[in-house]
Amino acid sequence: MKHRVLLLMLLPTSLIFFVNCYIPMFGVFIAFKNINYIDGIMGSPWTGLDNFRFLFATSDAWRVTINTVSYNVAFIVSGLILSVAVAIAVNEVRAKLASRVYQTIMIMPNFLSMVVVSYIVYAFLHPEYGFLVKYILPLFGYSSVNAYMHPQAWPYILWITKMWHSVGIGSIIYVAAITGISEELYEAAKMDGASKWQQITRITIPLLTPVMVILTILNLGGIFRSDFGLFYHVTLDSGALRSTTDVIDTYVYRGLIQLNDLGMSSAANFYQSVVGFFLVIGANSLARKLNRDTALF
Amino acid sequence: MNPKASVKTSQKDSRLAEAILHIIFITFSLACIMPIVLIVAISFSDEKQLTLQGYKFWPDKLDVSAYQYLFTNSTTLVKAYGVSLSVTIIGTIIAVLLIALYAYPIFRKDFPFKKAFNFYLLITMLFSGGLVPFYLLYVNFLELKDSFAALILPGLSNAFYIFITRTFFQQTIPEEMIESGKLDGASEWRIFFQLVLPISLPVLATVGLFTTLMYWNDWFNSMLFINDTDKYSLQYVMIQMIRQAEFFKNQLAGSGVALMVQEAVPTESLRMAMVVVSIGPILFVYPFFQKYFTKGLTIGAIKG
Repeated sequence: MKHRVLLLMLLPTSLIFFVNCYIPMFGVFIAFKNINYIDGIMGSPWTGLDNFRFLFATSDAWRVTINTVSYNVAFIVSGLILSVAVAIAVNEVRAKLASRVYQTIMIMPNFLSMVVVSYIVYAFLHPEYGFLVKYILPLFGYSSVNAYMHPQAWPYILWITKMWHSVGIGSIIYVAAITGISEELYEAAKMDGASKWQQITRITIPLLTPVMVILTILNLGGIFRSDFGLFYHVTLDSGALRSTTDVIDTYVYRGLIQLNDLGMSSAANFYQSVVGFFLVIGANSLARKLNRDTALF
Repeated sequence: MNPKASVKTSQKDSRLAEAILHIIFITFSLACIMPIVLIVAISFSDEKQLTLQGYKFWPDKLDVSAYQYLFTNSTTLVKAYGVSLSVTIIGTIIAVLLIALYAYPIFRKDFPFKKAFNFYLLITMLFSGGLVPFYLLYVNFLELKDSFAALILPGLSNAFYIFITRTFFQQTIPEEMIESGKLDGASEWRIFFQLVLPISLPVLATVGLFTTLMYWNDWFNSMLFINDTDKYSLQYVMIQMIRQAEFFKNQLAGSGVALMVQEAVPTESLRMAMVVVSIGPILFVYPFFQKYFTKGLTIGAIKG
């Protein structure tokens, strides 16, 4: 066959995707079974929608759904605004060396694992030794606060942590897109007497819109998924914080590993995957309606 | 106002704007770096002072005992370092090779199954079976618990990097080059390894950097699949350490035992020293890749 070699090149990765992605997709039937270890996964009895009934009968399902969606909406919206703003601003820095240095430094937090980030947050919030607790909060009249016992503080803590970790790297993709904009457009605008602000709102932002739309679609598709490390490690998996920090992913993980409740866990998992799928399709067709070129597929 | 004066004021305005931009970005950069500096400062602090004064940016006197303890007493750490290092190196090499091997055929215009293989990747980005079936597949069917394969294999399927690489090929590799290679009688393998790969260095380095980071920073697969202490990765050891610290405090609070433990081993500074040691290689790898990084990502990103 003519394309034998090219097909051979595709073979190993195709197999890996088959194992890592496609086989687990067929595993969704576990959500409809009552798994027990005597009969095995295949032999266990079918239970129809029982797992889902149990899941939604508890208050857990709604709590984790609301948490997951509200965190993600906050992250997507503020991430988009901040990343674009930073990208435009760093592009305006005329000293090229300084601009490069800033960019390099801003990316750095993203290179740290969530485990390392959890240590950093801990260094600020440690109930006795933490920098914030020991040196900053006393200035406002608080002393010895154990943040790991106060769920109401965590939406803010997690938001700051997430932005710290992701805005720099998020802006790089927009910096790249701005670099791609033809210099002539700006020259022409200047000739017509456009101010800097007008150049940004009339040229830069409209030309960035396709990238913004594509990335937002991708993010919307993940609105039911979370940065597991952020919610699991940074909170130190503290039980006291669950009311505001438990998301679908941590719930599924606990169900699987700690409680060994496979049925419920995969029901939650199934719910997550199905809703996620329809969200990507929905967001994409919306983007297609607005402007054909900006859609992802 | 005469034109000269207006030019002058606008110059003055833009100089002011530039200064404001610098102030914003210096603040932002400090915000990015200072938390890491805090960790470093704690790791070099004297244990007794930490318990008296808390974590601060300015240790009163430098103390390297945490590092001494780390490198002399901790076989767990040395083993974990070895695990993380080998998984990262082996994983990255395999991943980058496989990514390029997949991206190349789906970039070739004359390859008839291009669309089908594109679609095969796209599906994996849209739909996922989720954690439970994935876990059961690895543990019950493939029986990969406590194996290095369980640390490497999950990281090999990344559709996003394949698409980035394909886009790079589309924008940098002229079709004539492949044509002329064929006319000269070069095999597909030869065209791929000797013509395509050498000019794709920027994107390979970019994808390589991200893969390196992913493997080095991975804790999830260790947490899922590894029980054997000899195969703990560095990140997993750190998870254990921060959790154990909390455990100690909760269990022994006020009993006096906690105090003894604290005095015997520099726990607070030790833990932070461990973090610093785990960040080290990243800071070493980054500048090495950076010259390719912007270029690779820029070209790869434009038509996402």
